[in-house]
Amino acid sequence: MNDSSADKGAQTKQLIFASRRKLYLRAARGTFQNWRIALVVLSQVVFYGLPWLVWGDRQAFLLELATRKFYLFGVVFWPQDIIYLTALLIVCAYSLFLFTAVAGRLFCGFACPQTIYTEMLIWIEQAIEGNHNARKKLDAAPWSANKVVRKLTKHGLWLLLAWWTGVTFVGYFTPIRELVTELPFGVSGWALFFILLYGGMVYFLAGWLREQVCKYMCPYARFQSAMFDRDTMVITYDTARGEPRGARGRKADLKEMQLGHCIDCELCVQVCPTGIDIRDGLQYECIGCAACIDVCDGVMKKMDYPLGLVRYTTDNALASGYGRKEIWKRVFRPRTLFYTAILLAIIIAVASSLWTRNPLKVDVLRDRAMMVREASPGVLENVYRLQIMNTEERAHRFVIEVAGLPGIEVGELEQPISIDSASAQMVPLSVRFKLPRNGFDAGMHPIIFTVRTEDGKTLRREEKSTFMVPRN
Amino acid sequence: MMSDFTSNFWNLYIAIATVVALVFTAWILLAAGKDKGKASDTTHVWDGDLTELNHPLPNWWRWLFWVLLIFSAGYLIYYPGLGSFKGIGNWSSTGQFDKEMAALEAQTRPMYERFMAMGVEELAANRQAMGTAERIFQNTCARCHGSDARGFIGFPNLRSGAWNWGGDPADIEQSIAEGRTGIMLPMGDALGGEPGIKAVVAYMRSLSGLDHEEGLMTQGEALFEENCVACHGMDAKGMKDIGAPDLTDNVWVEGGTERAMMKIVEFGHNSDLADGDFAMPPHKGVLSKGQMYLLTAYVWGLTSK
Repeated sequence: MNDSSADKGAQTKQLIFASRRKLYLRAARGTFQNWRIALVVLSQVVFYGLPWLVWGDRQAFLLELATRKFYLFGVVFWPQDIIYLTALLIVCAYSLFLFTAVAGRLFCGFACPQTIYTEMLIWIEQAIEGNHNARKKLDAAPWSANKVVRKLTKHGLWLLLAWWTGVTFVGYFTPIRELVTELPFGVSGWALFFILLYGGMVYFLAGWLREQVCKYMCPYARFQSAMFDRDTMVITYDTARGEPRGARGRKADLKEMQLGHCIDCELCVQVCPTGIDIRDGLQYECIGCAACIDVCDGVMKKMDYPLGLVRYTTDNALASGYGRKEIWKRVFRPRTLFYTAILLAIIIAVASSLWTRNPLKVDVLRDRAMMVREASPGVLENVYRLQIMNTEERAHRFVIEVAGLPGIEVGELEQPISIDSASAQMVPLSVRFKLPRNGFDAGMHPIIFTVRTEDGKTLRREEKSTFMVPRN
Repeated sequence: MMSDFTSNFWNLYIAIATVVALVFTAWILLAAGKDKGKASDTTHVWDGDLTELNHPLPNWWRWLFWVLLIFSAGYLIYYPGLGSFKGIGNWSSTGQFDKEMAALEAQTRPMYERFMAMGVEELAANRQAMGTAERIFQNTCARCHGSDARGFIGFPNLRSGAWNWGGDPADIEQSIAEGRTGIMLPMGDALGGEPGIKAVVAYMRSLSGLDHEEGLMTQGEALFEENCVACHGMDAKGMKDIGAPDLTDNVWVEGGTERAMMKIVEFGHNSDLADGDFAMPPHKGVLSKGQMYLLTAYVWGLTSK
């Protein structure tokens, strides 16, 4: 399998750890960066704003862990509805597969929280410490009053944002309007722990670690290359057009100088949030943020060269010289169609399941210690516990009926049963069955409990169980 | 657990293996730190053109390893982990369980104090208290008395209104706390075998208005007065001090068929756990005073509300 390595590799000492080279990112401007800004703003308006919305007399979006009720606008989910969380995760996963197959690491570059918070903290950094050159100079300079004030301000603002992000995060799981009344020092327990954890993650991961999260920690960064194929649009440097690279004047004659379109300005390296050179080809570090496309297009414009020396294109397109149209045509290939079909199927299934979701849930438990008893001569009784869960946000009065054997009926029980809004009640009850004169088969007989609101229409649920008739 | 081992060998084996593993890890970290090679590629080439690159980890990553090492050492000193060494923190799973139970007790104490200040009647009408009591009942009592408290053959129906040991709150509370062991003597021989038993059962059935043979009944009445009144009383209404049941209320814990009644008269019934039968077990020590008081109100309320 390996040819030349055995003898050569054995002698080469390899570095296992190396110091990180701190990156001073030049800010890029352009179409894709506008998209990034828009996505940061949009996602964060939703993130910071959603917990403050009100629905009726409660928080509109609240995943209340304390009571295990999950309020999503008009709907209340119970732990029994966990399948919807599974469905949501599957939808997320397949969306990711689809986007990645079509256009590479779109999620990493445009939607990942790590990218978004890094972006936001860099905006703060830039406002306080200046552009990439000023920041580099400031870091290299000896400590002065100016440096101390700028650093303190930056970290102060970072911490403030991180802290508020932590508070907002916890506000999804505990009522945020109550939470903020306890700020800043009245919060305790798990709420405080998660504010510090999530806030701390924003501060350290987005403020200090940045690209190292993508390079060394994130598994998604690594495994999505498995979803790439030769028709996946990835950010690519057009080597054929760019090389040989080299400095030149604006009016220089390329033919005479034997140069490609790359002027070797290295701007693409300076704007890269992971510090790579896109001209070395597709690399695992590339998060697909397209900053290099924007900055290179700026240069191309100035040089009066065609745009897109660095652009979204596919392996196949580069090899066979496809145009835009051909690339787009190849977006619709078996892989993406398959992902789309599964995605649509799941979304339709979830939507229809949510549409027909029954807010009344019933669990039937047979008494296990006692199988059957005789209430009076010839009348058998089995005992059950019905866990009736009214997940609707209004109280209901329920009636319990039983069917499945001739003349079977619910024993003495105070009916209807009132159950408060969004709460559950355990109802122990016995079911009676009068043995017919000519006897009845011994064994377990299927029966059906029906729990319904008094009117029989609003809510109704049927649950199967069994009724035991003993051998004589 | 550890005492299952007859020698100390395995304890030492585990302790030494753990310490050696930690020291070995530390040595690897030190050695890796000294490695001053270059970080280009490994010179491994596969399939002619596939070069295996080397991307060194950032330096702080190494410090994470040290942090973990120090944490493990601290953990093994504080918690039990090194063989039979108990750790200086004195932690044990049972200790933690006790602590959590104590915390739960402290948390629920105010609620139970509030409930215990109420009378049984007031408590039985308190919805919150009865909600809690119902859960205690389902967890503790329903196994024998049924989820609907209507019992089963051999296990009293708590909604029947018949109380062998008395139905006042104090009686019920004692039944729950101390348990009850009732004894019915085997009367087969004393009654002179099957004819006598049949006759007494006929009398018993007449007391509750069940079908019976009139001739046998009169014969049974005489036998009853001779043999049974010491416990069940002249009026056959039982005696709650010894748990002798009322025979006139048509409530039959051991079954109301003629066959079941004959069986208990003939062979008796000793609801002593040691005898392999079922007794009402004591619950003090299993349930707290407050829980038992709530149950008392709940059980009393089943018939007296």
